[in-house]
Amino acid sequence: MAQPLVKKDDDRDDEADYSPFLGIEKGAVLQEARVFNDPQLDARRCSQVITKLLYLLNQGETFTKIEATEVFFAVTKLFQSRDTGLRRMVYLMIKELSPSADEVIIVTSSLMKDMNSKTDMYRANAIRVLCRITDGTLLTQIERYLKQAIVDKNPVVASAALVSGIHLLQTNPEIVRRWSNEVQEAVQSRAALVQFHALALLHQIRQNDRLAVSKLVTSLTRGNVRSPLAQCLLIRYTSQVIRESGTNTQTGDRPFYDFLEGCLRHKAEMVIFEAARAITELSGVTSRELTPAITVLQLFLSSSKPVLRFAAVRTLNKVAMTHPMAVTNCNIDMESLISDQNRSIATLAITTLLKTGNESSVDRLMKQITNFMSDIADEFKIVVVEAIRSLCLKFPLKYRALMNFLSNILREEGGFEYKKAIVDSIVILIRDIPDAKESGLLHLCEFIEDCEFTYLSTQILHFLGIEGPKTSDPSKYIRYIYNRVILENATVRASAVSTLAKFGAMVDSLKPRIFVLLRRCLFDSDDEVRDRATLYLNTIGGDGSVVETDKDVKDFLFGSLDIPLVNLETSLKNYEPSEEPFDIDSVPREVKSQPLAEKKAPGKKPTGLGAPPSGPTSTVDAYEKLLSSIPEYASFGKPFKSSAPVELTEAETEYAVNVVKHIFDRHVVFQYNCTNTIPEQLLENVTVIVDASDAEEFSEVSTKPLRSLPYDSPGQTFVAFEKPDGVPAVGKFTNMLKFIVKEVDPTTGETEEDGVEDEYQLEDLEVVAADYVLKVGVSNFRNAWESMGPEFERVDEYGLGPRESLAEAVSAVISLLGLQPCEGTEVVPSNSRSHTCLLSGVFIGNAKVLVRLSFGIDGPKEVAMKLAVRSEDESVSDAIHEIVASG
Amino acid sequence: MIWGKVKIAHEISRTKFPAKPSNMESCPSVKNILLLDSEGKRVAVKYYCDDWPTNNAKEAFEKSVFSKTQKTNARTEAEIAMFENNIVVYKFVQDLHFFVTGGEVENELILATVLQGFFDAVGLLLRGNVDKKEALENLDLILLCLDEIIDGGIVLETDANVIAGKVASHSLDSGAPLSEQTISQALATAREHLARSLLK
Repeated sequence: MAQPLVKKDDDRDDEADYSPFLGIEKGAVLQEARVFNDPQLDARRCSQVITKLLYLLNQGETFTKIEATEVFFAVTKLFQSRDTGLRRMVYLMIKELSPSADEVIIVTSSLMKDMNSKTDMYRANAIRVLCRITDGTLLTQIERYLKQAIVDKNPVVASAALVSGIHLLQTNPEIVRRWSNEVQEAVQSRAALVQFHALALLHQIRQNDRLAVSKLVTSLTRGNVRSPLAQCLLIRYTSQVIRESGTNTQTGDRPFYDFLEGCLRHKAEMVIFEAARAITELSGVTSRELTPAITVLQLFLSSSKPVLRFAAVRTLNKVAMTHPMAVTNCNIDMESLISDQNRSIATLAITTLLKTGNESSVDRLMKQITNFMSDIADEFKIVVVEAIRSLCLKFPLKYRALMNFLSNILREEGGFEYKKAIVDSIVILIRDIPDAKESGLLHLCEFIEDCEFTYLSTQILHFLGIEGPKTSDPSKYIRYIYNRVILENATVRASAVSTLAKFGAMVDSLKPRIFVLLRRCLFDSDDEVRDRATLYLNTIGGDGSVVETDKDVKDFLFGSLDIPLVNLETSLKNYEPSEEPFDIDSVPREVKSQPLAEKKAPGKKPTGLGAPPSGPTSTVDAYEKLLSSIPEYASFGKPFKSSAPVELTEAETEYAVNVVKHIFDRHVVFQYNCTNTIPEQLLENVTVIVDASDAEEFSEVSTKPLRSLPYDSPGQTFVAFEKPDGVPAVGKFTNMLKFIVKEVDPTTGETEEDGVEDEYQLEDLEVVAADYVLKVGVSNFRNAWESMGPEFERVDEYGLGPRESLAEAVSAVISLLGLQPCEGTEVVPSNSRSHTCLLSGVFIGNAKVLVRLSFGIDGPKEVAMKLAVRSEDESVSDAIHEIVASG
Repeated sequence: MIWGKVKIAHEISRTKFPAKPSNMESCPSVKNILLLDSEGKRVAVKYYCDDWPTNNAKEAFEKSVFSKTQKTNARTEAEIAMFENNIVVYKFVQDLHFFVTGGEVENELILATVLQGFFDAVGLLLRGNVDKKEALENLDLILLCLDEIIDGGIVLETDANVIAGKVASHSLDSGAPLSEQTISQALATAREHLARSLLK
């Protein structure tokens, strides 16, 4: 159609780069657009010009406001033409230009005429264009036509109106909601896609009405849905209903499971896959429910279509994170995928295998992976490295093979991110597997001999300084470290000096030799390196004598800085040069804002190819850091457990307060997170007055008030209690927020001088037995149970009285004990008369606990329970029984 | 005046229905469709979401997708990969590279169906001569084809025959008088063309 433009670069190859748009220019095309104004319209010519304009826009060219307006007005003239092809191009052009409100009015009447045309194509397209560019006011005018169009006998017209409805619902919900009768009718349409679009719109109209959605799903799952796309939608809505009812009724029933399972036998692959994926994502899915879904996914694994293989392996990879046993059946198919042409599929297959593999298959797997690693991109390699790290943590006995693998790939070519992933993995393995320490450190030493990344070298040197002196033969690392001083850049040299000094401070036998090396560093060309060497020589042993280094000196040189860096920075900025030296003690130690992750939704989505789930450790770490920054609590040791925040105020009150219970061996610290939601107030000296008269075993030791609590910036105040050592003491505490309130002028931000003392009643807080139990799962309960042995087993039977259902009783006992359910046994199949639930965890004092609960229910809903506990300590087993007996 | 009203309408909708993103997620949606040439340059592209707000962002995405898929063999079966938490399905023919992108939770097979619909419809419309030159010479058909497959991210139609039929009924190239030509006729023409080109 569009004839080649005359201009053509001479130096170009003619045939290869031939394009009808070669040398096209915006200015020239805009000139050409004048043909739209001709009294005698040449439809073909006009179409060509529009195509050129669209081509320009598509290539990323933009029109100025004036140009766009001019083109728009010119294009509106083309409604005079009766040429259908040209009309379609006009529609496209109007959509691309997205005219402003006052421009829309110009085309409204033309489009409304087309909406009522006899030509189906006109009707359908005019609806789509008009709805795209319209605003709320116009919509009421055309609403009548749209409702008609929804039930139009031509499916294209109906779909156009329905899809437009879906878009309009975002901006004008109150209007679209009125169409629900027509949409309902369209759901029954015989045309496949009309049904799909109608279902999507109907669900969106009703989505806030849980009952209506449930009814919709109930009626449609029985009926006949024609289009595979509509069936996929129905599956998604069904899982939503299951999800919501699951949390509400607690019957353990899955009413729509049969429907999902039925969809596994659908003829369209997209429906089969959608259903299989929906089943794997059911919350608390049991292995019996999983089996049919896994079976169809396994069939997909050997499909000739890469998309099917990818979809299947990606889903199985996710299942493997939670139910590794369920996926092991697919391992043979998965192994053959390691050589898949598509590297994404191969990587997913490998990481799945690494998750499901057992101890005996590790060696074979590693051999296969070694061949595979050489021909994949860095991003995939990182995924594999992370999977290997978690495998190694799972099977610590296999550390040798896995560590060797890591050190081999560390020697090969690779970018920074990849190398960093490997180094991080080795560091984690060294920390968690004591046997791996020495070999791991040597691998790292060898790596820094030939490492091009300064960041990694300094990190490794720092790590060597911490771990190296504690090994059996610290001297063997010195050579590697001192080589850095000779060979590397200034940054690395400086950290090597620090590392040497650490060895010197910690290992007395090495002192004389370290001093020699450090003295050589005094002649370094770099200031920082010389400074460090001088500092260390003078503090550790300037006179050259070998004496044990002072603890104070060690703390000064290598102790962690217990002041938040932000605070230090502000203090240093405020410090004015004077006679008085800067006093580090004047830096406030309070953490100002609260950057804790607790508000984030749990279960953050894994990013990238099957990335490992981000563990809950981040919050724990943040708490630990926060607590250790408070000197009063430093002596309490490491917190055993920090609870999830418990709200002590209703939502949307003046002051929002929640509390985190930190359990220590001999203490309990309540961390009150307070937020002031009143812009006109500044709170000062905020404390919580805790009345512990209902908690006899606790005695208050200290309170840490919050100096000031400005509007909308959360702060914490703490109250600490002493309790008997290692005993799971329980009790109830009443809380009262006490503070001085000062008026703030919200416009100027000025605070009044005088404040008024005030109090605010908070809800009560309880410390329960479950606070002394950490949820820690075991992958194979039977093995764990057998290896724990019957030595401290305690068995007893309890009557739980009348209960709503078996599932309700099971979940009540689980939450009472606060243990981790294993192997999906927290889910009770519907209508069952008995159930066994497996729990595991760690009790305060670091004693492992395993619990086997056997439930039975008789006619009038009387539930009886047999509780068997095995643990490493007799008293712990008894304590668990006590929890149940008193609960 | 009009502006004021529009704004109010938007505010009402925002306050009343805050849970907007979740509801869109439940409906299968496509983030973009790309048709690139053998050097990764645009033939025709269409974006349906704001993930790539500027032209530079769009071009960067196209470049990374193109360069990472370039060496794969996606000529017999559609291939698939992940980029920046998006799923991309793609298929190549001659010097044309077809891509369809969806979010990471999207059903891969739905995206593949959209890709196949686009791919086959272009084949029908270009009468089997699917290459860059032919595509650019019939760019109007390609753009109309995109318009008939996806509307604002929502799948409008996936059957290649129907898509091509809808586009062809507007085509300037079809011989019959356009006003009288129905979809089925246009479809028949398109099919015939395809059959002819296959027999060649």
